[in-house]
Amino acid sequence: MNAPAYAVAAWLLLVGLYGVVTSRNLVHLVVCLSVSQASTYVLLLGIGWREHATAPIFADIPTGTRVVDPVVQALTLTDIVVQAAVTALLLALVVQARKRLGTADPNRIGVLKG
Amino acid sequence: MSERTRLAVFLAGAVPLAALLTLALIGLPGSDLPLGDLAGTIAAHAVPERKGTNTVIDVAFDYRALDTLGEEFMVFVAAIGTAVLLRATRADDERSNVEERRELHGDDASELMRWAGGALAPVTVLVGLYVVSHGQLTPGGGFQGGVVLATAFLFVYLSGRRVASGRVNALSLTEAAEAAGAAGFALIGIGGLIFGAVLMENFVDLGSKGSVWSGGTIPLANVAVGIEVAGAFVVILTELLDQLVVGRGARR
Repeated sequence: MNAPAYAVAAWLLLVGLYGVVTSRNLVHLVVCLSVSQASTYVLLLGIGWREHATAPIFADIPTGTRVVDPVVQALTLTDIVVQAAVTALLLALVVQARKRLGTADPNRIGVLKG
Repeated sequence: MSERTRLAVFLAGAVPLAALLTLALIGLPGSDLPLGDLAGTIAAHAVPERKGTNTVIDVAFDYRALDTLGEEFMVFVAAIGTAVLLRATRADDERSNVEERRELHGDDASELMRWAGGALAPVTVLVGLYVVSHGQLTPGGGFQGGVVLATAFLFVYLSGRRVASGRVNALSLTEAAEAAGAAGFALIGIGGLIFGAVLMENFVDLGSKGSVWSGGTIPLANVAVGIEVAGAFVVILTELLDQLVVGRGARR
């Protein structure tokens, strides 16, 4: 059963969102967003997982061996690349915000900008 | 909005979300079933058809290559975006001082860091090249290997060696490599249109299963992506590390 993987995915999404909502620092907020995005990796790999199956790499196993889903693994690769790109851009925006507004606390930015 | 109201609004959304997620995840098919149609077809036919033994890379760089092209350009755009954003802030500071402080950075590194960084950088380059060139055979590929290659740059930086001196040229070289990698993948895709029937079609000799020269355009695309990703991450890391240098200078 892959219920534990699904439970971890749901937990990561919710705990990451909680971090985003209660964050007091933009860098912390970006990290929390990464945590909730990590739930999608766990979910995708959990969906592709099969009992008694091996990795879909046929370098040293015969064709026809029971393997886990290779398509969701390729999607997870895309997912991770997206997250890396998004995180880099967001961190650049945080640096900008800190310089322009003098604070990295999202609550205080809200006060400053109305 | 006060923190208490915000938390209340969050809980009002999160509790039903948690309930719905639980419901949805319980309804997913179990892990004792055979693979779905698409995954089953790929697992059975990718290796005989494409000769690459890593079916994940077969999917990403052949069957679904158009998606991966978009993904690669996303990394490209993110690197440009980061550079544009951070250079805009840097222009506010005195530009010449940034160059000076970069030169000074070398003095900060401890003896151990110099040693470890210098020893690890060449090993990392080797591992990165291996991961890029063997993506069609074993776990790895252009994206993973590219990031490993970019960390070699980080080791050089941490060892305090002068990435700084002549860096303007080094950075424009990195940017050129990044652009060349991105263009390379796009050209491989267009090659499918010219030499085959459709965009991204595999038009190179597929080679034999298990050899480094297998998979046709798959290893070529991996090399292009590896160069692009390594370039993009070096640009991102350089820009973010420059912020550190600027910040440190301001505090002194």
